[in-house]
Amino acid sequence: MERPLTEHIPLDGSWLRLKDYERVGGYQGLREALKLTPKEVIDRVKDAGLRGRGGAGFATGLKWSLVPTVDQIPQPRYLIANGDEMEPGTFKDRLLLEGNPHQLIEGMIIASYAIQADYSYVFLRWGYQFAEKALQEAIHEAYQAGYLGKNILGSGFSHELSVHISAGRYICGEETALINALEGKRANPRTKPPFPVVSGFFGRPTVVNNIETLSNVPHILSKGVSWYKSLSKCEDGGTKLYGVSGKVKKPGLWELPLGTSFREILEEYAGGMLDGYQFRGALPGGGSTDFITAEHIDVAMDYNSVPKVGSRMGTGTVIVLDDKTCVVGMVLNLEHFFAQESCGWCTPCREGLPWTEKLLLAIEEGRGRMEDLKIFDDLTRYMAPGHTFCALAPGAMEPLQSALKHFREDFERHIHEHRCPWK
Amino acid sequence: METSTSRVLTQEMIAEIQEMYKHFPVKSAACIEALKLVQKHYRWVSDQAVQELAEVLEMSADEIDGVATFYNLIFRKPVGRHVIMICDSVSCWVMGYEKIADYLKKKLGIQFGETTPDGRFTLLPICCLGTCDRAPAMFIDEDLHRDLKVEQLDEILERYP
Repeated sequence: MERPLTEHIPLDGSWLRLKDYERVGGYQGLREALKLTPKEVIDRVKDAGLRGRGGAGFATGLKWSLVPTVDQIPQPRYLIANGDEMEPGTFKDRLLLEGNPHQLIEGMIIASYAIQADYSYVFLRWGYQFAEKALQEAIHEAYQAGYLGKNILGSGFSHELSVHISAGRYICGEETALINALEGKRANPRTKPPFPVVSGFFGRPTVVNNIETLSNVPHILSKGVSWYKSLSKCEDGGTKLYGVSGKVKKPGLWELPLGTSFREILEEYAGGMLDGYQFRGALPGGGSTDFITAEHIDVAMDYNSVPKVGSRMGTGTVIVLDDKTCVVGMVLNLEHFFAQESCGWCTPCREGLPWTEKLLLAIEEGRGRMEDLKIFDDLTRYMAPGHTFCALAPGAMEPLQSALKHFREDFERHIHEHRCPWK
Repeated sequence: METSTSRVLTQEMIAEIQEMYKHFPVKSAACIEALKLVQKHYRWVSDQAVQELAEVLEMSADEIDGVATFYNLIFRKPVGRHVIMICDSVSCWVMGYEKIADYLKKKLGIQFGETTPDGRFTLLPICCLGTCDRAPAMFIDEDLHRDLKVEQLDEILERYP
């Protein structure tokens, strides 16, 4: 099984230096890209079937193709690598940033060439100090070697790259909020349209791509579209970083073919449940995805299959619910997070999420009423997609509405017994 | 506002901020980086610092304060010599972070958001630290501590005098 994104990451906790990265084919993707026109690069990424690894799964090549041409809107134009990674339960981009920063930098230069961006930023979450250090040193190496700066490899294409370290808040991962944060403002989301591809960072054309997404790009260029498609078990291309946390034997992170089954990830890679614990369900792709249950365990973890069982791929990092953990308590924890992290910009989210949290707290503490469950349905509708500026509130309601669907008896027991049966 | 004549921003800090906004089309874009720089030197951001940053970045003090109060890692109140930030997000919750938090609260005699009377520790809850396969986890200053067990906590705290 091929693991192009992670196979060269040193096992001793250090990162892959430039000379070692070049020895295993590093920057060959960039050399290939610079022989092509920007449009040809976009077409290759489109044909490869690369979909955004940040959660939404939008087709990367398609996103790039929506950027107006330089004739329509000249430079400055921007690319931003979204390394905010604040989704609860998600720890995948950390590995790529800490272990193979040149792969990301190369992907960023290729993406920038494709959209003719003259400047790019890595928007990095706080608390990833090792990633920051590796990235800063790798950027320095890339400048020294002529992969960044003026007239890259004699191609006539010039590009500058720098890093911004965030000062916290989950909302910064939302692409328009991220752009506001990078502009030095409060990270409130922006109205769309206009979309960032037309009017983003300081009103200029801007593409925001996830770290894992961009780390795929060099391999598509250097090894080709058909090779890339062959990595996957589904119609979309490539591998995926899958992670598992919770009461399993071997929590961890693995690069596997896109479309690997949930069962294989849980049982073979995560080693199954800890002794004495039963699997009850899981959030398949971070805190803002719907629960799946034991009946869905054979689902293929890819963008088109997970929705068929009522959830989303999200970030591909699984959080497991066991039989000794209270699902109401788990959802309360999540809604506390989302209520706290709401930026307060739009009313349904600012008011609806604290309301949701209060009702859940009442149920968990044995003060709940059956009518509260009806209010959750209303709140889910008020905060549905299209009623809010961004996806925070709709995402926040995914674990709750799915818990009500799959584990309704747990909520009812809390209400009828006036206590948490797990305590 | 305070009328102290002693400046918070040194010439070196101002030079560093000027270096920061070179990467951006306008000076105000370096606002968050500049706030972090002040905090690195003083552990928190005072009203006086906000005033002085306003001059350097060509923003109003209120604008800067609006930004400073939005981000949870910019401290607008003094904190202890060491800041403990314990992850309270979902994977750490499943793995029992509450036991860790309860022990620390009891041992230090403070609640979340408070500082010990001797000014040694401030205790804060924090969002997911992106290390969920090694939950529960916490930061003390710049150090990440993972796979936490209550029995280790005394020894860990001793490392932060």
